[in-house]
Amino acid sequence: MTLDVSWAIAWVRGTAQTVAEHRDELVELDRQIGDGDHGENLTRGFTAVIQRLDALEEPPAEVGDVLKLVATTLMSTVGGAAGPLYGTAYLRAAKATGAPRLDSAGVVALLEGALEGIVVRGKSTTGEKTMVDAWSPAVEAAVLAADAGLDPAGVLAAAADAAERGAEATIPMVASKGRASYLGERSAGHRDPGAESSALVLRAAAWAAAEATA
Amino acid sequence: MKKLINDPQTVVAESVAGFGRAHADLVAVHSDPLFVTRVGGAVPGKVGLVSGGGSGHEPLHAGFVGMGMLDAAVPGPVFTSPTPDQIAPAIAAADAGAGVLAIVKNYTGDVLNFETAAELADAEGLRVRTVVVADDVAVEDSLYTAGRRGVAGTVAVEKIAGAAAERGDGLEQVAEVAERVIANVRSMGVALTACTVPHAGRPSFDLPEDEIEVGIGIHGEPGRRRVPMTSADEITAMLLDPVADDLGLAAGDQVLLLVNGMGGTPASELYVVYGRARRLLEERGVEVARSLVGNYVTSLEMQGASVTVLRLDEELAALWDAPVHTAALRW
Repeated sequence: MTLDVSWAIAWVRGTAQTVAEHRDELVELDRQIGDGDHGENLTRGFTAVIQRLDALEEPPAEVGDVLKLVATTLMSTVGGAAGPLYGTAYLRAAKATGAPRLDSAGVVALLEGALEGIVVRGKSTTGEKTMVDAWSPAVEAAVLAADAGLDPAGVLAAAADAAERGAEATIPMVASKGRASYLGERSAGHRDPGAESSALVLRAAAWAAAEATA
Repeated sequence: MKKLINDPQTVVAESVAGFGRAHADLVAVHSDPLFVTRVGGAVPGKVGLVSGGGSGHEPLHAGFVGMGMLDAAVPGPVFTSPTPDQIAPAIAAADAGAGVLAIVKNYTGDVLNFETAAELADAEGLRVRTVVVADDVAVEDSLYTAGRRGVAGTVAVEKIAGAAAERGDGLEQVAEVAERVIANVRSMGVALTACTVPHAGRPSFDLPEDEIEVGIGIHGEPGRRRVPMTSADEITAMLLDPVADDLGLAAGDQVLLLVNGMGGTPASELYVVYGRARRLLEERGVEVARSLVGNYVTSLEMQGASVTVLRLDEELAALWDAPVHTAALRW
């Protein structure tokens, strides 16, 4: 099986829904070690994405077109650190999807592009209590799953599982990037909101792929 | 949460619109995208100054738009930086052919969005220089953080760089003056209470009645440490000593002393802090040559204050004294 533009649209709609559902939880996580706006900012961004998607006269032709629309909308509506980071992630992911349909290798390329965007924009690496701590294990798991011959839905499920474990693993970390870093040792003991929202985004991708396969 | 707002989603737009109408002689408000410019637009031949960041820090930044200070300010959502498609048009509006200096506080979101906006403006052929204010000494080891935060020292950077631009300095000179202020200004803040972001609906941290947060930034985030509540004199020493030590102040130095309120502390208490901070500086043999006391870089309704010290040289003092006419600062 392969994933096409209808999967990408379902992914984006699913992300908007799950982000809105988890808005208060993300706000609370961010309140503990940041300034409490992460859930609000992402909800505002993905609401705008859905509005722009709905307003299109013709649906986007390819996966990359959907991701590009997400990227530009997030960059122009989210602000904060999340806007440029997610915006760049979707932009690089769009660039990495050359074909109209994605096979398992295509899904891996998409995820690698997203991770690269976050790393480049945020100048961050693993262990700093950021989104990278969810995306990096997700990409590693996706590579392994694709090598093992899993289909795109299986690759995304593996990535989402790894992202959730990655978000969990940020709890004991001391932040050295982003606003939580100002708390120093006091940032330990809290789950990073960016890693958590990243896990939600990847879970939405896996759900949409499972639906597309079913 | 009790606040004088209609809707958390529209509070910033409504506030900026009201600000624009109250100060129509000084500023013009552009609503889509949202930014504020000096009335009459950019001044021909003058380097343009742009700043911005999350809302909730009023009068920063829009309150400092006007003669002798900023040409444009870009308000983001509460405590969230504005987006590049807001900042880039503000940069373009501030440009009168002599280039634009962007003054950015060192927060990841502000830095990333201004960086992107500067790239967009550069692609349009504008000359943009960016300086990053990082005056908060509460951030001890910047190796393991995103670096020191930009807090109340921003007012001094905007005032002094604004005066340099107003007297006709070129972009490189204005940027150099701004960098000199940044190199010589340090701050530290304390919170007695948390603040409540409208869309979050509850205080940004839970602080018992008998404790204070020392080393806060300006986004309602917890500070570096929590200590028992104590006297104004002791709290002032907790703020001033690290600032003075970090600056390496020596007897004979001349400084500007700024005691800034976080929004919910009365002026009477700020003057208590000022009096103590000034005595502490004088005990070090440091001369307080210029002073400013009041709410300039706030965190919504937070109770608390920050102490900022800027080491002055003759030129910086003269630029500080130069005329300024904005909604929040004028002489």
